[in-house]
Amino acid sequence: MQTTFPRLLLKHAAERPQAPALREKEYGIWQTWSWARAAEDVRLMSCGLAALGFKPGHNLAIIGDNRPHLYLSFLVAQSLRGVPVPMYQDAVASEMAFVLEDAEIEFVFAENQEQVDKLLELRETVPNLKHIIYDDPRGLRNYKHEGLISVERLFELGREYERAHPAFYKDAVEQGQASDVSVILYTSGTTGRPKGVCQTHASFINSARGGVEVDGLNPDDNIISYLPPAWVGDHLFSIAQWLVAGFTINCPESAATVSIDLREIGPSYYFAPPRVFESMLTSVSIRMEDAAAPKRWLYQKFMAVARRCGSEILDGHPVPLTDRLLYALGNVLVYGPLRNVLGLSRIRVAYTAGAAIGPDLFRFYRSIGINLKQLYGQTETCAYVCIQKNGRVKLNSVGEAAPGIEIKIADNGEVLVRGVSVLKEYYKRPDATAEVIDEQGYFHTGDAGVIDHDGHLHIIDRAKDVGKLASGAIFAPNYIENKLKFFPQIKEAVCFGHTRDQVCAFINIDFEAVGNWAERQALPYGGYVDLAAKQQVLDMVADCVAKVNADLAAEEGMSDTQIARFLVLHKELDPDDDELTRTRKVRRGFIADKYAVLIDALYTGRSEQFIETQVKFEDGRTGTVSATLQIRDATCYPSVAKAA
Amino acid sequence: MKQRPMGDVILDVQNISLSFGGVKALTDISFNVREHEIRAIIGPNGAGKSSMLNCINGVYQPQQGSITFRGQTFHHMNSRQVAEMGVARTFQNLALFKGMSVLDNIMSGRNLKIKSNLLLQALRIGPAEREEIRHREQVERIIDFLEIQAHRKTPVGQLPYGLQKRVDLGRALAMEPQVLLLDEPMAGMNVEEKQDMCRFILDVNDEFGTTVVLIEHDMGVVMDISDRVVVLDYGKKIGDGVPDEVRNNEDVIQAYLGTSH
Repeated sequence: MQTTFPRLLLKHAAERPQAPALREKEYGIWQTWSWARAAEDVRLMSCGLAALGFKPGHNLAIIGDNRPHLYLSFLVAQSLRGVPVPMYQDAVASEMAFVLEDAEIEFVFAENQEQVDKLLELRETVPNLKHIIYDDPRGLRNYKHEGLISVERLFELGREYERAHPAFYKDAVEQGQASDVSVILYTSGTTGRPKGVCQTHASFINSARGGVEVDGLNPDDNIISYLPPAWVGDHLFSIAQWLVAGFTINCPESAATVSIDLREIGPSYYFAPPRVFESMLTSVSIRMEDAAAPKRWLYQKFMAVARRCGSEILDGHPVPLTDRLLYALGNVLVYGPLRNVLGLSRIRVAYTAGAAIGPDLFRFYRSIGINLKQLYGQTETCAYVCIQKNGRVKLNSVGEAAPGIEIKIADNGEVLVRGVSVLKEYYKRPDATAEVIDEQGYFHTGDAGVIDHDGHLHIIDRAKDVGKLASGAIFAPNYIENKLKFFPQIKEAVCFGHTRDQVCAFINIDFEAVGNWAERQALPYGGYVDLAAKQQVLDMVADCVAKVNADLAAEEGMSDTQIARFLVLHKELDPDDDELTRTRKVRRGFIADKYAVLIDALYTGRSEQFIETQVKFEDGRTGTVSATLQIRDATCYPSVAKAA
Repeated sequence: MKQRPMGDVILDVQNISLSFGGVKALTDISFNVREHEIRAIIGPNGAGKSSMLNCINGVYQPQQGSITFRGQTFHHMNSRQVAEMGVARTFQNLALFKGMSVLDNIMSGRNLKIKSNLLLQALRIGPAEREEIRHREQVERIIDFLEIQAHRKTPVGQLPYGLQKRVDLGRALAMEPQVLLLDEPMAGMNVEEKQDMCRFILDVNDEFGTTVVLIEHDMGVVMDISDRVVVLDYGKKIGDGVPDEVRNNEDVIQAYLGTSH
């Protein structure tokens, strides 16, 4: 089927003009855009942009939060056979400069004053940037810069242009080809500088269609769009699947109100990276610890029942009658209310992707009756490679190859992908394209994995992160870190061990969870640095590490990678300090360099180490934090698997 | 750049003196405020800043002097009358209804604008309901403006101090005032909260053209956002002018840095 996103929009507008396409909460009320209105807005904005000189082949940068006009602006660029280039809204000016230059941006659609300020600052060094269109006029009324216009003005220009060229929009949309590039998504850049991934209408539409078929998504579904529009996952769910399935997307009022808005909307289809599920569970755990004794007792009893049989009931496996009855009771008393509090009462399907999810975390949501599944993919494959199908969910796999996709494992363990969702190319980087796509058309994912006898793919780690200890044992750092991060007290962990004789770890405590714990222990502390250095906190973390070690000891081939020594970092790892990517993935190499003294201290057996670190505040100023960190030996266990 | 140029004098304070028994709080103070400007009143502790504001506001009755507001001269103001003329204020020590939600607190600022009577309101019939919807819309705009959507239904007492200050400002804005009197809007705040508050004050002035009279301790803040500054010390005016003039005024430097007496 050869279609494009703008044509899909027109199709919905023709078939169901009054059905809701988009909602946004503003002034405390959910405002609705019908498909007809969405199509009209896109038409007028497209005409307006054409009036400003936007031509086929131009790129339109889009930066801001999840707002209806921002989502529609993707379709505006596509209608004109241009390419939308979304950028992360929290990117600092210097990060934006790279994308603006690389994609030769002349036109930007920006959300608000914050983004406009960054763009105006950048315009001095990126002279190509001519036109800036903003959505929210707040604070911008007195900006008299050349080329800066409001979205209202764009609509006016569009109306004028349409009067002069009545058939313009229809012709423009008809000229669009499914093989045109529909979006350029810049990779977050865990390694090196970002690359623009070019995806076509065909690949995103086919990827979306596969997902829509697997889960039977339909126009009655509702989703909440709160993830950065520059992320491939949001693009797949909030744009591609939105237009393919024709459901309703809901934009929250502000980033701070997402959890309230989630409850109001009660989405039937939900997508979140593991950290969102993690923080939801953390907040539940914290609140349960503060609850009265009878409630705590009830929660613990029924969560034990859920752990025993919840997933099995969800998957339709046979379960003894007594457990079934207990679960039904639990559903009334605990699971139902819990789903309601989380805003997940109406969920039919929920997905997680973007990073590995801890099996225990995954099991928790499935056990309380939320059909949480995993999918696997990356920006280069429209986040569409593997998908778990209903009833065929395995805790530690990412599912089977999705419809239209072939996967195979290379000799070095790397996962290779061929099919509908594979990228067309990296923007202006034929060298990089040639590196990742081989002669047979397989895309090299860079992930190490295995395919089991059922055809399920298991991802172990990044292929380049998998290392070996000096003893020759396989060392998969992410695997260990994820085990650590499942503890609500641990926010982030970084393990080292490649070519070393043992594994050592940096640990970041979760300020909220540990802070709450400390208050209940009547343990006074003065801020993050102080809390992270408390003996009691270190003892607690040592317990967590010991449990992880016990786990590892029980697994074949993992016993040698038990954590020998660890320390608790004095500051939170932060994207502003380049320690994490914008999608909050650990930048291992950078951290190893930055904290070389600490690694040295871990491996030379010292019991403490002084460190001073530069930090960047949100407003761009810098400061330093210093601390003397204690280094602890962890409890290790003899290998159970080998002995057995 | 200011959108609306400073206009004519909207508020003119002439020779105000106020004493409590033998304590002279204000002695012969005169200054004026022009339309659309941000006017600061600064001074050390006990200089008479709040007393000055209370005179304008009608809370205190000065023994001497007059206040001219929009061409009308008064020897003493009456607080209800002042409010009806379009002057709103916030308080140094917050005077919010702690048990009520953010929404209700801000709604209370619309009190003067609500025309339907108590009975109709209580029964929520006909015109009263339509009126409430209209006022609610205005309140929602303020909530949006001050970026407190996430706290709409939270009882004010549960909010951190910086946010309570914002709600206090919201309630004053709900009156759609022409002149906004802010009594130490940044007292007790951390750096980030202060920056936020500065931005809101500038935005209010900019978006709605509201004239702002503010009292502030923090010299840095005042100099950055004010158009003109009055300096009081021991109930007397010791300086008046644009921030740069005031900064270089000998008396002001003395009052702030102190001299050996």
